[in-house]
Amino acid sequence: MAKSIDVSDVNIYYGDFKAVEGVNMTIKAKAVTAFIGPSGCGKSTFLRTLNRMHEVIPGARVEGKITVSGQDLYDPAVDPVEVRRMVGMVFQRPNPFPTMSIYDNVLAGNKLNAKRMKKAEADEIVEKSLRGANLWNEVKDRLGKPGMGLSGGQQQRLCIARAIAVEPQVLLMDEPCSALDPISTAAIEDLIHELKDRYTIVIVTHNMQQAARVSDDTGFFNLKAAGQPGHLVEFNPTKKMFTNPDSESTEAYISGRFG
Amino acid sequence: MTTFDTIESERLYSGRLPAYAPYLVLLIAFAASGLLALLLGWGIVPFVIVGGLIAVVGMPAWSAVVENRRAATDRLVTSVIWAAFAVTLVPLVWLIWVVISKGVPAIDLSFLTHDMVQRLDPATGKLVAGGGLEHALIGTLLVTLGAVVISVPIGLFTAIYLVEYGKRNRIAKVVTFLVDVMTGIPSIVAGLFGLALFTLIFGVGTRMGIMGSIALSLLMIPTVVRSGEEMMRLVPDDLREASYALGVPKWRTIVKVVIPTALGGIVTGIMLAISRVIGETAPLLVAVGAAEAVNSNLFSGRMMTLPVFIMTQYSTATPQGYARAWGGALILIVIVMVLNLAARIISKIFAPKTGR
Repeated sequence: MAKSIDVSDVNIYYGDFKAVEGVNMTIKAKAVTAFIGPSGCGKSTFLRTLNRMHEVIPGARVEGKITVSGQDLYDPAVDPVEVRRMVGMVFQRPNPFPTMSIYDNVLAGNKLNAKRMKKAEADEIVEKSLRGANLWNEVKDRLGKPGMGLSGGQQQRLCIARAIAVEPQVLLMDEPCSALDPISTAAIEDLIHELKDRYTIVIVTHNMQQAARVSDDTGFFNLKAAGQPGHLVEFNPTKKMFTNPDSESTEAYISGRFG
Repeated sequence: MTTFDTIESERLYSGRLPAYAPYLVLLIAFAASGLLALLLGWGIVPFVIVGGLIAVVGMPAWSAVVENRRAATDRLVTSVIWAAFAVTLVPLVWLIWVVISKGVPAIDLSFLTHDMVQRLDPATGKLVAGGGLEHALIGTLLVTLGAVVISVPIGLFTAIYLVEYGKRNRIAKVVTFLVDVMTGIPSIVAGLFGLALFTLIFGVGTRMGIMGSIALSLLMIPTVVRSGEEMMRLVPDDLREASYALGVPKWRTIVKVVIPTALGGIVTGIMLAISRVIGETAPLLVAVGAAEAVNSNLFSGRMMTLPVFIMTQYSTATPQGYARAWGGALILIVIVMVLNLAARIISKIFAPKTGR
């Protein structure tokens, strides 16, 4: 049930400050789309507009149109809570709920919404999600233990399991590997490859190799100058982006000659 | 190959005092002070003060001779901190000791199960007071319970508003300011407020336990708001975002993520607020008055409470009265201690688990 996302003429503001301007792109279903760019260029901000998470910050607002398979996310009749059920998110820092066990963390999306389910059904969701996140074998004997007791990489995979347990159609990942070691990063990249069959995945990363390894399409964001809004410089298939980019600044950034 | 000359300032090794040095200094200091006390006929207070001073001066002095300057400074600060700690402990231990030593003889089963109503003693044929604080114990527990029931919801909802909804807006600032002002309300004013409120509604001469509950809740609310606010602010925004990103509405996020994560601290704050108001005398005297008999109805008539019981017994200026006052004081302290212990246990149970 993966869905594509169409973005047209999106401007994002924090109060009076315009953070991102004029973004147009089409994010394909069942594919991985990566956003790269220097810090502060608005990739994370843009990512958060895709499930209306940026509204959590006071004063943030969006102009333009973002549609997920034809439905406008910013239509006044749309409930942001429903949007977030459809578009899941994994954050930069692993954030399992400290009061919950591993089992309850995976079921958090259902339990917090007071969804009633039978024990067998819950067990099934937990196992499926943890297997989906490549974590089942490591934690199956200690599902009752607190989620905070896992290592950083395991916690991040627990957060991915939690996000896919509610069966979203799109999965957003905001620098999911930036706090992890290379082995955990490899585990999560493998996972992204597997998840691609079922979900539309959008990932923000500072790691160019990671973007090249995992993504099908890449978007490069940049700032014109400090204090200016960020904008989308180029959006192309990853292969083209890393071999023969349209824009010179993309090439400069990718090859490390940025400035 | 060159050889390294060790110059004075580069030496890594300096003299070290043995680990038992502080105990030795204490022993010598108090021995010296004791000798002086014997010779000059001092009492216990000058003996302790002089002994402490010798120790605080002697420890860094010895260190300065054997060790280096930095170690001596360290020893000086350490000694001063220990001395300050000891000074702080003195009134606490003293108070508990006095209350226990004077209170324990007064307490027996009949003290806990009788009120102060005068009854005819069949053996002597005279009128004798019941000689217990059952009525005050019941009164204090009921009035405080009433205060908790009123102030905890108001305080917690205010805290939730301040943290989750009123992020730095004008109402939140005004509320925070008013809560700060409320913290400073003299307790007797709270009592007068309870009295005035009920006098206006039910007429002059109204006396009910609930008036005291309202007066006490006025004193409790600021503490509950403050501690609740602080604790909920400590909950990382990451957790709120994680919950929102799962499609959980804001109110459920607050109820199921923010409050459980902060619950240990919130409960501790409530318990501390209770401990603070349970010994209040003035507002209860003004609003609830005093009584001789058990009254377990919060909504009708005067009630006795422990602080007022202590006060009235003390003011009788009889040996029995003093004994009962001390007994009441001990019971009050025991209740506060039990509450504090309960708070610790509860916050331990609800504290987020690290699993390590």
